[in-house]
Amino acid sequence: MAVDTTTRAKLRWGLLDVIVVVFALIPVLWIASLSFKTPATLTDGRFWPREWTLDNYRSIFTTDQFLRALVNSIGIALIATAIAVVLGAMAAYAISRLDFPGKRLLVGVSLLIAMFPQVSLVSPLFEIERQLGLFDTWPGLILPYITFALPLAIYTLSAFFKQIPWDLEKAAKMDGATQGQAFRRVIAPLAAPGLFTTAILVFIFCWNDFLFAVTLTSTERARTVPVALSFFTGESQFEDPTGAICAAAVVITIPIILFVLFFQRRIVSGLTSGAVKG
Amino acid sequence: MSINVTPAGADVSADAEHGTGRHAAVPAQRARRRAKTPLSENKKAERRLGWLLCAPAALVMVLVTAYPIVYSVWLSLQRFDLRFPDQREFIGLENYVTVLTNEFWWTAFGVTMLITVVTVAVELVLGMGLALIMHRTLVGRGIVRTAALIPYGIVTVVAAFSWRYAWTPGTGYLANLFSDGAPLTERASSLAIIMLAEIWKTTPFMALLLMAGLALVPEDLLKAASTDGATAWQRFTKVMLPVMKPAILVALLFRTLDAFRVFDNIFVLTAGGNETSSVSMLAYNNLIRGLNLGIGSTMSVLIFLTVAIIAFVFVKLFGTAAPGSDDGERR
Repeated sequence: MAVDTTTRAKLRWGLLDVIVVVFALIPVLWIASLSFKTPATLTDGRFWPREWTLDNYRSIFTTDQFLRALVNSIGIALIATAIAVVLGAMAAYAISRLDFPGKRLLVGVSLLIAMFPQVSLVSPLFEIERQLGLFDTWPGLILPYITFALPLAIYTLSAFFKQIPWDLEKAAKMDGATQGQAFRRVIAPLAAPGLFTTAILVFIFCWNDFLFAVTLTSTERARTVPVALSFFTGESQFEDPTGAICAAAVVITIPIILFVLFFQRRIVSGLTSGAVKG
Repeated sequence: MSINVTPAGADVSADAEHGTGRHAAVPAQRARRRAKTPLSENKKAERRLGWLLCAPAALVMVLVTAYPIVYSVWLSLQRFDLRFPDQREFIGLENYVTVLTNEFWWTAFGVTMLITVVTVAVELVLGMGLALIMHRTLVGRGIVRTAALIPYGIVTVVAAFSWRYAWTPGTGYLANLFSDGAPLTERASSLAIIMLAEIWKTTPFMALLLMAGLALVPEDLLKAASTDGATAWQRFTKVMLPVMKPAILVALLFRTLDAFRVFDNIFVLTAGGNETSSVSMLAYNNLIRGLNLGIGSTMSVLIFLTVAIIAFVFVKLFGTAAPGSDDGERR
């Protein structure tokens, strides 16, 4: 009897699981499916392709437009992530380990920035960056990305740092390790998972941005993929860009899928700890 | 975890961290030092290090947000159209009068409010369901969590294109299923699709924040309630919800302000056609299409004020539950 109820409960949960998975995956599968359709079958309205082709992928990787945007996206997101994680780690270390006046203020300021309406910056930043010559350049995008990634990095990292047993450092030094050794051998390995998780979250944020990318760039020099996608017109005026857009969309979704598949547990713990512990 | 002395018993968490500080001192000595001479050499060094470590982050955040906002207030008081730079002049509040008496602004404002209220309400319900599934499911917990993270992680523009093609007559599987016309060319259906896209994309984030709250509900309490004969619904409303209240408020606050910024989905789905512009879309159009910095900045300031008011109301209404306050920090 007891076995029976657990089986039924498992079935019920299993059914709910299936609903969630289907709901989450359908839009992704759909755009992937479109990217494999031939131009002739693109408008047949079927969910799965009848004829499969890789032409869409071939075409985007032979055009400069997409490749440039991809390089911009990767470069800008990686640099912004690296800087945000380093600056965030410094601040988070201070917040979680040191006692100094102004700590609450810093936490408060980062909270305000997390809630800041980014569109409010669009007009002034446009003008400021034009005057400074940062408009339509990599640094012109990296700067706002760092700014808005910092609260996320600081929250997540402070939450991680608070869980590190710092006494181990002292213990290592008592056992004869130097300050540097204690840091390298004991603390750094403990902190690495937190840094890595934060880096993933920050990267996803930069990778996703559209608002800054569309307002603070005007040419291929710094335009990232999401923006390039929205301006895709196809190779000629008469060509329907749908297939190419879908292929490009799939390409920039791949890193996200990989992160989610391999680091699900970390992303979940990073997001929840950062969000609730504040 | 540590030897620690709590002088006034004030901030337990801060002092617990402090007790593990690098400058290992005998606790008693330390307490004395704190009480009498607040700034020993060690203490000063610690302060300096703290400031030094925080300075770069603080500097970047303030430079890239505070300065532009102040600057945009200044710009909003000028007639400043990049197409006619010669006509730049100080005009006081004229831009505000222009914007606030403009029907496009109010339409966009209404659209933004509608999207915010509807999506956040729906997401709260769906997100709670998803959080319960992710937290309590007996099978496939990893799979569900992984799947739920996909909408969170995916580039909004990509998801928006997926929805756009799904609703494009001929091409889309949904358009052929549900309607005869072109849903993205009519206002009501466009708004519904924008909201659907928003909800799909951001429900997982809401669910994750709520799940963090669920983790705080003591299992014993649920068992006890169950033994006392509480139904599942009673356990949910009488036991879980009260414990989760702070997490729910944080999630609501974050999502509300985030929803208010809606831009990407509208840009791709309708480009603001058929009166589906949000305030962000309108500000973008004024700046990039219109090149009118004065009006664009005025909108920036107005949006900033609106968001500030929403945040203020939230914090005032729900008080200490705001993240960053002690409650949230200490759990």
